[in-house]
Parts: sequence; C-alpha cells; structure tokens
Amino acid sequence: MCLAVPVRVEELIGDDQAVVELGGVKKHISVALVEDVQVGDYVILHVGYALSKLSEEEARKTLELFRQI
Amino acid sequence: MKYVDEFRDGNAARVLAEQIGAEVRPDRQYRLMEFCGGHTHTIFRCGVPDLLPDNVQMMHGPGCPVCVLPVKRIDAAVELALKHRVILCSYGDMLRVPGSQRMSLQKAKGQGADVRMLYSPADALAIAHQNPDRQVVFFAIGFETTTPPTAVILQQADQQALRNFSVFCNHVLTPPAIRGILEPARESGRSILEGLIGPGHVSLIIGSNPYRQLVDDYHLPIVVSGFEPLDLLQSIHRLIGLVNQGCCTVENQYTRAVSEQGNLRAQELMSEYFELRESFEWRGLGEMPASALRIKKRYAHLDAESRFDLTDSAGLDNKACECPAVLRAALKPTDCKLFGRSCTPENPIGSCMVSSEGACAAYYTYRTGAAGSV
Ligand code: SF4
Repeated sequence: MCLAVPVRVEELIGDDQAVVELGGVKKHISVALVEDVQVGDYVILHVGYALSKLSEEEARKTLELFRQI
Repeated sequence: MKYVDEFRDGNAARVLAEQIGAEVRPDRQYRLMEFCGGHTHTIFRCGVPDLLPDNVQMMHGPGCPVCVLPVKRIDAAVELALKHRVILCSYGDMLRVPGSQRMSLQKAKGQGADVRMLYSPADALAIAHQNPDRQVVFFAIGFETTTPPTAVILQQADQQALRNFSVFCNHVLTPPAIRGILEPARESGRSILEGLIGPGHVSLIIGSNPYRQLVDDYHLPIVVSGFEPLDLLQSIHRLIGLVNQGCCTVENQYTRAVSEQGNLRAQELMSEYFELRESFEWRGLGEMPASALRIKKRYAHLDAESRFDLTDSAGLDNKACECPAVLRAALKPTDCKLFGRSCTPENPIGSCMVSSEGACAAYYTYRTGAAGSV
C-alpha cells in the first residue's frame, strides 16, 4: 500500500503530467506535488504521484559509505 | 533499476551485518522498532532478522494504514457502497479488510455493490466524470505519504466543480502514532524500545524535523531510513551506535530523498484541504487526540461524511484476533491462536493479515516457509 519506487522522468507532457518507465512499461504520472521536475530526473513514485526528487549527489555519498566498508 | 540495485548488494550487506555484530555490546538489549509497514516488509523479505545478533530485536510498528483503521470505518465504507449505492473506490488492500461480521468491501461487491479497485486516486476522478448520474466516493486511507495525492484530487474536483464526487477521509498522522506507542510506556515508567527507525516515505513529505520533539520527549534515537536492505542495515547500525553512546538524536540515512523540512508544496496543499480531527480511533492504539485529518468545512461538499448520513457502527472486532497487541508490538503474530490456522493472507480475519505490509502477513509469507525461505 505504501509502496513507492524510484523512476526516471522520460518526458514532460504538460498539465503536471509526465511519462516514466516502470518495469519496461511507459506510464503517465502526476508531477503536481514536486517543484521544477526535469526530464532525466529521478523521482519517488507513489500511487501515481511523484512525491520527491532523488538527489544523485546524496545517493552517491550513501553508496560511498558502503564502499568504504 | 537505478537507486534500487546498488542498495541491494549482498557483499555490502554481509559486511554491514559484521559491523553491526562488532558494534553490539553483549550485555545489552537492543529493541528497535521499525515504524513503517514498508520497512517491516523489507525486513522479512530480505531475512534481516537472521543477520542480526540475538540481542538485537526488531519490533514491528503500527505504520500500516490498512492495519490501523478500526472496524467501524470499514463498516462505514461498506454502508456507503451497499446502502447509499455509491460507486466506492479504494486501493486494492482495503477491499479485503474484514469489518463487523467479517463483511468486507469485496463481499459487498459480491452482493451487488459497485466497488472499484484503484491504482491511483486520480482514477476516482475519471470514474466520476464517466458516471455523471452516480455518486462516486473515494475511500481515502494512508499516512502522510498518501495524503498529498488525495489533496491533489480534492483540488481538481473543486476546480472542476464536480458535483458527484466526495472523499471518505481516513488519513492519519505518524508523529502522534509514535507518541501513542511510547507514551503509555513512559507513563508507567517502563522502557519498551531503545531506538526507532523513522519511516522514509512519510518523511519525504513531513521531513525529518518533526522527529526532534519526539527524541526529546522520549529519550531515544530515531534514524530515518530508506527502503532497500542496505538502507535498513545501515540505519540499524547507526541506531545501535547511538544507543551505545546514549545519544538521543534524529539522524537521516535517506538523504537522497528526505530533507529536514520535507516537501513544502505538498504540505501547503494538505493544509489547504485538511484540518486536524480532535480525536480519531486507531485499531490497537485506541482513541488518540489530533492524530488524523478531516476535510475542512469549507470543502464540506467534497466530504463524504458530510454528504451522507453514516451510522456510527459499534465496530466489532473478532475477539480472538490479537491485531491490537500486534500493532503495539506487545505480541508477535505467532502469539495469536488464529495465525496460520483460520487466519491467512487468502482468508484474513484481522487487518494485519491483509496488506503485505501488515506484520502478520509479512510473518506468514516469509517466516513460515509459505513462500520458501529467503
Ligand atoms: S493472525 Fe490474524 S487474527 Fe491473529 S492477530 Fe494476526 S491478523 Fe489478527
């Protein structure tokens, strides 16, 4: 129910809608809740809505911590 | 998949597990609660408990919206569908939750009610447009993660002046639920937890700041965590370190998605359409003040509770079902006499067996060999 997954924004189609790819299937989602979404951004998708952008930089830092171990 | 696969690396998981083993003091007990049902699911799916030393115990919190909704709210949804003959739309899991006398929305559907399963609340608006001569009600449930999408459709319904659409609002709030777990223990001077894993997806919206008051009030550390196995292991490792140092602070492990202040746009939209209820009943935790949202008076035409006359059902739980104690982490699912016997995911008796994030369902699926071992 609270499942939320990272997806890449492939296309912005206006009206706060975007196209993303999820498991090889193209889907329309709403980006109404996130400011300034660009093509190529990764967002967390939940019940058809993007809830937040993912930060590449912060993801890299977290992964660095795993690599150091 | 990017942002997923890198956080599932088995070697890193083993090293993290070793680090946890090295950090743990043998003479201490570490009872760590993951609040969120999504975390519970990952913990079982990935066999996290098997990687942890014996004195680190994961306790499963009440953060599954399907699980915490009391029977009387299910009864009200059934009443909307059966008596008021609305088109009732909700998320798939909600259809299977038993209400009084084990009546569920799915059974109501079998009796001719028009009940529809949604993937997204946006679909409810489409159904309202396609059925202008029917009333359409969206049975909205969920924590702060799921509330902003409901706010978006309220805004759209309002702007489009939709006359045949309303929301039956059951959105609940995370910080009061954490208090609901910790306050009784504090009052009775018992300690029940050493640390808490904060819900990552709720925190996308509310940010990590709201947990500060909680760590001050209840003197335990909180680490907001992502959802992949490495996220959880890293968060457990940090929590154990904080417990050892006696540090009662908030840390954010899920920095790639969660900020301190959260999603301001979503918060603004939520406060436009929702206000606090004085009190709301939770399964397991009872009545809790200021723990849920309702639709503001100004938007009463979009509120199913204003539009329809709903009976306040007594909401009879199955007496043998231990969901209330499971939701407070006072009992394990296997302590319930019905577990795996008359109560299974195919034929749930209590709400914790319905959603894959419910502790009973996760336990049944991954710990009893029903789906093979992990
Ligand atoms: S096993 Fe079924 S009846 Fe028992 S506590 Fe869990 S959901 Fe309730």
